Amino acid sequence: MANSNLSIITKGLLKENPTFVLLLGMCPTLATTTSALNGLQMGLATMFVLILSNIAISLIAPVVPDKVHIPVYIVVIATFVTVLQLFMQAYTPAVYRTLGLFIPLIVVNCIILGRAEAFAGRNNWWKSALDGLGMGLGFTMSLTTIGIIREILGNGSIFGWKFITGDGILAFVMAPGAFLVLGYLMVLFNKIAKK
Amino acid sequence: MAAENNFKNMVLCLFLVCLFCGAILGSVYAVTKKPIEEALVAEARAAIAEVLPAGGEISEPIKSGEMEYYVSRIAETISAYAVKSSAAGFSGPLILMVGVLPDGTIYNTKVLSHSETPGLGAKCDSDAHFIAQWKEFPANGNITLKKDGGDIDAITASTITSRAYSLAVQNARNLVKSLQHK
Amino acid sequence: MEYFLIIISAIFVNNIVLAQFLGICPFLGVSSKISTAAGMSIAVCFVITLATVVTYLLNQYLLVPFGLDFLQTIAFILVIAALVQIVEIVLKKVSPSLYKALGIYLPLITTNCAVLGVAITVVSKEFTFGTSAPHMLNLAESTVYALATSLGYGLAMILFSGIREHLALNDVPKPFRGLPIALITVGIMAMAFLGFSGMV
Repeated sequence: MANSNLSIITKGLLKENPTFVLLLGMCPTLATTTSALNGLQMGLATMFVLILSNIAISLIAPVVPDKVHIPVYIVVIATFVTVLQLFMQAYTPAVYRTLGLFIPLIVVNCIILGRAEAFAGRNNWWKSALDGLGMGLGFTMSLTTIGIIREILGNGSIFGWKFITGDGILAFVMAPGAFLVLGYLMVLFNKIAKK
Repeated sequence: MAAENNFKNMVLCLFLVCLFCGAILGSVYAVTKKPIEEALVAEARAAIAEVLPAGGEISEPIKSGEMEYYVSRIAETISAYAVKSSAAGFSGPLILMVGVLPDGTIYNTKVLSHSETPGLGAKCDSDAHFIAQWKEFPANGNITLKKDGGDIDAITASTITSRAYSLAVQNARNLVKSLQHK
Repeated sequence: MEYFLIIISAIFVNNIVLAQFLGICPFLGVSSKISTAAGMSIAVCFVITLATVVTYLLNQYLLVPFGLDFLQTIAFILVIAALVQIVEIVLKKVSPSLYKALGIYLPLITTNCAVLGVAITVVSKEFTFGTSAPHMLNLAESTVYALATSLGYGLAMILFSGIREHLALNDVPKPFRGLPIALITVGIMAMAFLGFSGMV
């Protein structure tokens, strides 16, 4: 029993990694990974919404008529995103300003609606919470990894600690870098997964 | 597993969900309203504190045309102005907070936001030499780039950003000068 | 003049896909053929423009006057979901072939970050694309921005699908096939579009 609960969490990290395997949530992945810290913060914010919405949806799914389940899920997810927005504006305004548009855009992050449909809609609240945790951790891990690479190559720093003077290869902290790093990481991931 | 798909159920379900979510949102909003306002004020105050001499009492923001400014008073007399000024930079508006003394001296400047190119114009908030030259810039100084006949050293290879910065500071100083004539 | 700047900025300098990273999922998913890409762009253009107008009016006359700014996210996404439903119904009647060609991607426009992204951007008090000072856009400027953004989206999609059609005929190494090579291609396109920065 403990084994299967643990596997629910760990599948989000590797076998069903939202970024590299399920290919979901590309937009925030590319936009918010300009530094390791930004990627980490975005991942954690998304995980917050994912866990809460998974729990809420798993609790109400049995009483929601099938025809209206999409709008209901959207309202629930949007509610939690707004709650996150309000908390961040009040208590972490600097992070809120850095992540900007992508906080409200969590509501259309395919990972959240995807997990709601695929998992939370048909499992109990505890398993759904664990699924949210696993997927959230996987997403955070991917974002932070991409962020670390882009920050090292583009800025010569890790989590703000600079180890070169001057600038790095600036293309990596700008738009092209996001696509290139994600593309090459996917190649790496595919090669490792194939083994 | 889900409830039946009839009209009554659908309407009831949607209504209850909206009601419940509305309640959650309303209560979170009520709880966070004050901290949000305080956070905004704190952010503005922090920026102002950096560009003004210490010890003054800072007013509420006052609007003047497209610009916004704050007045710092020490014992009822105006000791400095903090002007939020902007100019068109290379890739978008460059927004500054400029601390100006009543005689036209620029006390200090701070970049509030910019969309300049990393490694070039983005140095406007990190290039030590560029930033330092704005501290206590004299009232009779010429706020244009050296290559345009003034006293300001531009950021290397970022003429447009440097010009925008100078323009924003100039606008701030002009605003303070016009306020003195009232 | 300001309209012109907004248009150029939206299409080239701040291209929605290549610079703002919005609308990536359908961009990568629907672009294997130029004809599907074009059809998708038109559908997205329609939804973005209509959604922007409706959400702008909703924000200005309902949310802001009653101090309900914080309901923006939830109100906007519901409006978009409803609009996409309507577009689906209309499209089924008017052009069943396009409806079938778009398939699953039509309802997925609801979760397209570009639509919600544009809607939120135009009501932000600090709109900065192509303007000299941050200010809030009026309805006309917002509509122009939405139209220009979708043009930029279509441009990027059609360029990309053209490249992809060629790529399909080439011998791509196995680990790169599919999404990785597509992402690398988009990365190079983004680099090319970086050349537009500073144009406005």
